[in-house]
Amino acid sequence: MLLETKIRAANHSIMPRVCGIDSGNVENTKTVSLKNKNINVWAELIRKVEINKDVSAFEEIFSHFAPRVKAFLMKSGADPQMAEECTQEVLATVWRKAHLFDPSRASASTWIFTIARNKKIDAIRKQNRPEPEQLYPEQDYEPDQEAVVELQQETERLVTALGELPEKQRVLVEKAYLGELSHSEIAEITGLPLGTIKSRIRLALEKLRHAMM
Amino acid sequence: MKTHDIKHHLSKKLLMAYSAGQLEEGFALAIATHISMCDQCRAELESLDAMGGAIIENLEPNEIGSDAFLKTLALIDQTPEQAPERPKQKSLPEPLADYVGCDLDDIDWRPIGMGVKQKILVNSEKVSARLLYIPAGTAVPEHSHKGRELTLVLKGAFKDEFDYFGPGDVEFADGHTHHTPVASDDEDCICLAVTDAPLKFNKLIHKIAQPFLKI
Repeated sequence: MLLETKIRAANHSIMPRVCGIDSGNVENTKTVSLKNKNINVWAELIRKVEINKDVSAFEEIFSHFAPRVKAFLMKSGADPQMAEECTQEVLATVWRKAHLFDPSRASASTWIFTIARNKKIDAIRKQNRPEPEQLYPEQDYEPDQEAVVELQQETERLVTALGELPEKQRVLVEKAYLGELSHSEIAEITGLPLGTIKSRIRLALEKLRHAMM
Repeated sequence: MKTHDIKHHLSKKLLMAYSAGQLEEGFALAIATHISMCDQCRAELESLDAMGGAIIENLEPNEIGSDAFLKTLALIDQTPEQAPERPKQKSLPEPLADYVGCDLDDIDWRPIGMGVKQKILVNSEKVSARLLYIPAGTAVPEHSHKGRELTLVLKGAFKDEFDYFGPGDVEFADGHTHHTPVASDDEDCICLAVTDAPLKFNKLIHKIAQPFLKI
């Protein structure tokens, strides 16, 4: 297997963990069955990284997101070398914080965007980024699978809708998120195609809070 | 930490600027603190984050170094795994607790006159953030704003000529607001105040004192 060869070549100590899973370490492997695997593919891969420390799942995530994170960082003002280094750090954070990813509240691209954005503030703007309190669910908390599918579908629709916005408005939204707009210019952006995402997240938060009580 | 019955929320404009990573540290601190107390604004923020996710998804991918994946695995290996850990209950929301560095009861307040005390948390050229302690029934000296001011109530309540603000409530004032906030009579009020220009007090004595008090 190409991946294993690569890792062996690097004499990487992540290997024993991978082998542990290969040799049938099943008891802490929770199975995630989802109605729509296509839409949920990224969420499921992050889950595999979290639970199984699955390097090949991580490589799939990496090959899709690392080039996009790098593009985001370069558009945000990083030079190529800094963007490359920060991208590696962002993706390393994806691995390390996989347990904090909640697919009933965010798609993989949304979650990875927040990590990349924070990296940008930290490394490029050299500012502290105060973040809201993390919500830590109970150990046995499982996000509602139907809610997960709906949220992921809704996000997929958003990606399409964003592409279909009138050129002028789309450019404005992109500029806002790539750091090219001031506060007052941000105020002008209305009619974002967010659909029902907010109310879905709200429901997920309520369930999560309930699980925490 | 969660407060019920929050009536004054963050504007979409502020949330979007925070989601896009465009707010200065002091304002970002107030946003993060409010969201820690308010699920409605958390949901709004996370939906705006989804916009950022969609933008990243639509970006033209950039070429990545051929060794980038192995370097990332090496990075992962260097840093110890972060175990999920539930922080213990604090008297302040977590983002604020990080700045204050101690419990609400142990803050080293500095008096700024008429029983009002402050603790400066962020003091950059453009934006400052401070905790204000206003004794029950006491008025914060009448002031107007050169720039924006965001006030977030943490404990107690205050009212001004326009409205009433309880725990978790946010008041956002711009350059044209003249107001006299008064702490409610039944409890001392503690709030987080963020300004992007020094507060301008309308009485001479406060104008003289201003440079010393950093208010």
